[in-house]
Amino acid sequence: MDITEYIMLVFTDYTLRTITLGTAILGAVTGMLGSFAVLRKQSLLGDAISHAALPGIAIVFLITGAKDSNVLLLGALVSGLIGTFWIRGIISKTHLKSDTALGLILSLFFGFGMLLLTFIQKQPNANQAGLDKYLFGQAATLVESDVWLMAIVTGICLMILLLFWKEFKMLLFDSDFTKTLGFNTKFIDILITSFIVLAIVLGLQTVGVVLMSAMLLAPAAAARQWTNRLSVMVFLSALFGAFSGVFGTAVSASQNNLSTGPVIVIIAGVFVLISFVFSPSRGLLFKQIRFIKNRRDLQLHKTLAFMFRIAETHENISHPHSIKILNNFQGFTKGTLQKLVQKNYVQLNGNMWSLTREGYKTASNLYNQQTENNE
Amino acid sequence: MSKKIAVQIDDLTVAYNYKPVLWDIDLEIPEGVLMAIVGPNGAGKSTLIKSVLGILKPIAGSVSIYGKPYEKQRSLVAYVPQKGSVDWDFPTTALDVVMMGTYGSLGWIKRPTQKEKKAALEALEKVGMLPFKNRQISQLSGGQQQRIFLARALVQNASIYFMDEPFQGVDASTEIAIINILKALRKAGKTVIVVHHDLQTVPEYFDWVTFLNVKKIATGPVKDIFNDDNLTKTYGINYKVSIQE
Repeated sequence: MDITEYIMLVFTDYTLRTITLGTAILGAVTGMLGSFAVLRKQSLLGDAISHAALPGIAIVFLITGAKDSNVLLLGALVSGLIGTFWIRGIISKTHLKSDTALGLILSLFFGFGMLLLTFIQKQPNANQAGLDKYLFGQAATLVESDVWLMAIVTGICLMILLLFWKEFKMLLFDSDFTKTLGFNTKFIDILITSFIVLAIVLGLQTVGVVLMSAMLLAPAAAARQWTNRLSVMVFLSALFGAFSGVFGTAVSASQNNLSTGPVIVIIAGVFVLISFVFSPSRGLLFKQIRFIKNRRDLQLHKTLAFMFRIAETHENISHPHSIKILNNFQGFTKGTLQKLVQKNYVQLNGNMWSLTREGYKTASNLYNQQTENNE
Repeated sequence: MSKKIAVQIDDLTVAYNYKPVLWDIDLEIPEGVLMAIVGPNGAGKSTLIKSVLGILKPIAGSVSIYGKPYEKQRSLVAYVPQKGSVDWDFPTTALDVVMMGTYGSLGWIKRPTQKEKKAALEALEKVGMLPFKNRQISQLSGGQQQRIFLARALVQNASIYFMDEPFQGVDASTEIAIINILKALRKAGKTVIVVHHDLQTVPEYFDWVTFLNVKKIATGPVKDIFNDDNLTKTYGINYKVSIQE
């Protein structure tokens, strides 16, 4: 199936539409919440939460024998929350740094989860197959009720976000200050974290334990490059996440059913790459261009400033000089002088160069630029 | 001075892992003073402020603001944290940060209105940062960031201001601008408490001083107690400072 065929099918094929919608919503909600995780410098939290969710899935399966994804995800939610609050506990009660606490909980819970999974697979029970889809995700297993659940959670999350926007923003920027204003920072913190856990758990079926954190981080990291406003960042992050979901599903469906989760993550990675290079204010490309331009301007300014200083010693500001004299002092190239001529700052008569009135004005302003730039 | 007591601290003790950082501090800060808290590194100066403001939990002691527990008097208190305590690459503008000073009086959920914005703009004006209101905060200099923090506290419109090293890493012109604002606050009858490092400027800037080194060494008017004796007790070496009369 090629991509145009896929686009046709999205509108006609029920399964494909469900999957596409599911991955889009998932991408949007994780992208949105990912902004908060990234800005709180808790990028690894998502990774720890998703890994911590695995034993929950296994335990619920062992107890109930159910394969209904919603029941299993409930187990994932509980165990994800336990992992998260243990991490918080370790950080606040011991002297361990947060990366240590995250790494510890991540590997402990994941190890325990894997242990349970292998135990389940050894059971003489035909029902066990398919649990490993939670490791790397299997978007094809999404059904309408899963998508509804995602949509409802996303809706609630959006409402909470709008309601507590001011509190969230302040906590992210300066939690101590927030506390002195009398806000219950613990409550705000738990609210954000709980929603991050919820979003991650919802994504386990689609993207899987191992790759889930990329859904949280990649759109947010990409979005940060394009804006200096939190609201725009959250919006862009949700948009990038949703697009990653849609494109990922499209690519995976049209290319011999490549595994959807990894494709989505790679597309999100492409967003990050493009943002890192092409963002106008923070991107590498424009930084380099600005650097080169500044260096070139500096050459011109140096020449201009030099001629200005000579001009100041003469009655006539346009006193002409041969390039030899200019060269004798600092070795300016004809190139920079010619560029100044193009800008109408310098004029050339025969082989004598002289400052124009405009050049004189610009040069005298160069020295004041520092103060002018301070607005 | 038979003035009202703005801040009263009783038996305050704070410890991290057994080691006391502050030991049994009793402190009365009269209304309307501009007070420096001085002491060596690790003396617990920031810890004192943070415990008063409830950011840190003391293991013992109580704090009252105008005779009532701090929790009930939050609206009377403003706070300027150390500049290094936040991430200045956070995606927000100078005006936005100053607006945060109004969030306390707004309370939960309510959005800032034109009234709050006007107050924030006025505060920016006072610290000379109005032209920078829409700047992303990472594009401000260290001194400008400090002024933004000061503006955020001003907009809280409090009676008591706690400031944690507001002069740290700022240039001379910003330092003068800040001290002028602090003096204006005192003139308006506010109480200002500042963690301060530069002993040379204490007599010039402040009228009240507290010497702190885990325990309270001394507290009182600068002209009475800012002397070599107390400095030596606080800093542990034979400290001589030339006091400008």
